[in-house]
Parts: sequence; structure tokens; C-alpha cells
Amino acid sequence: MQDGGSAFALAFGLLASADADLLEIIGLSLRVSLTALLASCLIGLPLGALVATCRFPGRSAVMVLMNALMGLPPVVVGLIVYLQLSRTGPLGWMQLLYTPTAMIIAQTILITPIIAALSRQVLEDLHTEYSEQFRSLNVPWRSEIAALLWDGRFTLMTVALAGFGRSIAEVGAVIIVGGNIDHLTRVMTTAIALETSKGDLPLALALGLVLLVIALAVNALVFVMRQAAAKFAYA
Amino acid sequence: MPECTAKTNALMPLEVSGLNLDLAGQLLIDGIDLTISEPGVTVIMGYNGAGKSLLLRLLHGLISQTSGTILWAGQTQSNAVRQRQAMVFQSPVLLRRSVSANIDFALKVRGQLDAAWRDELLELVGLADLSARPARLLSGGEQQRLSLARALSCRPDVLLLDEPTANLDPASVAVIEDILKSACAEGVKIIFVTHDIGQAKRLGDEIVFLHQGKVAEQSAAEAFFTHPTSQVAQAYLEGRIVV
Repeated sequence: MQDGGSAFALAFGLLASADADLLEIIGLSLRVSLTALLASCLIGLPLGALVATCRFPGRSAVMVLMNALMGLPPVVVGLIVYLQLSRTGPLGWMQLLYTPTAMIIAQTILITPIIAALSRQVLEDLHTEYSEQFRSLNVPWRSEIAALLWDGRFTLMTVALAGFGRSIAEVGAVIIVGGNIDHLTRVMTTAIALETSKGDLPLALALGLVLLVIALAVNALVFVMRQAAAKFAYA
Repeated sequence: MPECTAKTNALMPLEVSGLNLDLAGQLLIDGIDLTISEPGVTVIMGYNGAGKSLLLRLLHGLISQTSGTILWAGQTQSNAVRQRQAMVFQSPVLLRRSVSANIDFALKVRGQLDAAWRDELLELVGLADLSARPARLLSGGEQQRLSLARALSCRPDVLLLDEPTANLDPASVAVIEDILKSACAEGVKIIFVTHDIGQAKRLGDEIVFLHQGKVAEQSAAEAFFTHPTSQVAQAYLEGRIVV
């Protein structure tokens, strides 16, 4: 086991040399999290828009549920998906357990409530502002939702990036349904957990640094987008 | 000043009878009976809280009355009727898009996207040079002109305006008044809420004076400003406060 200084030096060495294993893990992490994010946005944004614009019995209960699901424990999500996809589970015939697809499913379940609940809030505020004008113009319901999603795009991108932050940093669900299999389902967070337990700190540190850089990049991107949107009065 | 034409208007006359609006136990519109049949500009005036904006929203069907009827050329409010009306609000509600995209949105909703008509409207309201600019970066007067252009883009028979020039500079007020006179000359019926007595004198052909949710007086503009028949309208014109 190395001391902290030499572990850092080795970690930078791995990054500088574009180590193949390291790149593979980073690539899979990004593929899984971005695909989960895309799926979550496709489900969560229309769901958020629907709850934001429609009045129906039980709407408050749906909102409370959506907010509560934002705090879903990843290990519980992992366990539920595991039970569905395991050989004896209802979806066992699909043979998805311990594949990147299973990890994408678990992360999609994890971040969809975040996208739906946060976008609901954003779109409801926008809808409050626009609703009389929309009514006056006789805007059909579908066009109304499309307009809200388009006009709220910069804020919704922030929402999406919050979901991405949650998925890329998550370990509990992906380790249960992915199994952390080398060259197949090993992502940054599961690799960090494994390498740390093995005492191989350089790879864990290198991956940790990449995660930090991604987190920083995501926040910088959010900041730049918000600034640009505010500057051009599209926010 | 272009004269308002007596061209046949598909939504006239407007007949309101026994109109009540009760919100949280408060009767905010109290049994209004009103007929508007003349072309031109009908100005709704009254003190703050008289129910002017509520009446306009009721007429446009943005809120529902507790009881009573509103008939536009004998028809109750519906999407088809509202399709022939347009409303301009006191605070312009503009989409987070460019100036031209705001008008395109209104046209597209009706399946009538027409770039030439949009450009003509932007020319009319003096915003042709700003068509690519984000709408929300316009000045207050420009935003209201854009709202007006968007409202006119639908070629309405009736244009409802809720204090559209409140808080605007005199130059913007003059531009908006000119646009309204032009619309009126084209045969558009204008129903206009304002606090501004000078503006009501400049634009109004007919005045409806509201007080505490009731019509206190309805008369031709000239008669209203020279010989108001109700005491409350008289006090209003003299600048006295009525509690």
C-alpha cells in the first residue's frame, strides 16, 4: 500500500498516459450515466410537465410522491431491479442482470423522480406566468406543454445536469445489478470502491480525480448556461 | 385620426345580463347588465377595485362567472368565440424567444403561419428592426407594442385591453394609441380598461363606468365627460375620492 503522495503521483501518471483500463472504465461510466439521463429526461420531463399543467384529483399526492422518490436509496433501487432481473424474477428471461443495460435501468429509476420533480417545479412557475396568455390565444394542450418545455430549456438543462450528477456519482445500485465485472460492468464508482478495498490507491485516486473533474465541469457548464440564458433574457 | 368604421363585426353586439362573480364570499362583480353594440372604442373606467379587470377577464372567458350570461352576437363564450378575440394584458406576457418568434407562435397555434403578415405587423408597431432580438430584452413600451402586434396577428373582431399603457412613457403611449386607432378604423371593436382620463377622452367613443362591481353609468364619451349622470363618476372626474 502506497502513501498518499506516491499514490497521487501514480494516479497522475495513469491519467497522463491515458491508461487503457482507466479509459474503458471512464467510457462505460459516461455511457451508462448519459443513457440513463436521456431515458430519464424522456420520461421525467413530460411527466413533470403533465403534473405542472394539469389539475386532477390526487395531484398533491402525486407531487408528494415525486418529491419523496427523489431521495430513493440507490441500494434499494438496486435490490428491486436485481429482484426483477434475476433468473427467477419476472424479467429474468431477458438475461440483463450484470450487464450495462441493467445498470442503465437502475440509474434511470433512480434519477427519473429527480428530473420529474424538479422540472415540475420549473414548469409550474412558467405555466403560472403564461397560462392566461395561452388561454387567450387558445393554445392547445400539447402546444402548451411543448412551449413550456422549450421556453424552460435552460433551467431544465440545469435539472438534467443535476440528474447526471446523481447518476455518475452513484455506486449502490450499479454495484448490485452490474456486479462490478472487469471489462464489462466496471464503472468509476464501483472501481474506486473495489480498488480502495484492495489497497490499489493510484487507480482509485485517478478515477476519483476524474469524477471530481466531471463534477466541476458539470457545475461550470450549468453556470455558463445560466449566465448566457440570463444575458439573452431566455432564462 | 382615422375614424372607426361601422363595418359588420361578427361578435357584436355584446350582451351581458345579471353577471355576478363571487370569490371567497365576496361579490366582486355585482349583477352587471350591459349592452355594447356600437363600433369604436368602449372604455371601462372606475376606481381601483371597481372590478374593471375582472369584467374584462370575464368577457374574454379567462375566468368563469358565478351567475349571469355573456353573449357575443348571441353566442356564449367558447373557443370558437375566443378565437375571434384577442387580449392585451397590463404586464406583457412574452415568450422567452425572439420578437418574431413571439408572433409566429400565435400564428402557428391557429395554423396560420405567415411570415409576410408577421413582418407587416412588426413594421406597423415599429419593431421590424428588432425582430431577431430576444423579446424580453425590449423596453417596456416595445414589449407592449409586441403584445399588441401579437394580439392583432390573429385578426380579431374584438380587442380587449387591460390598461396596456400603464407605466409607459408618453412616446410609447402615443404609438400604441395610434395603432389602436388604426385597428379601430379597420373595424376591430376595442374594449379598453384605463385609469387615464386623458386617454379615455382621446380614444373613447363610449364609457362604461364601474363602481363596486356595478355599472354606475354607461354613456357616449362626450356626454360622460361633460355631463356625467352618476355622482360617483362626477367625483371621479373631479379627482375626488369616494370611499
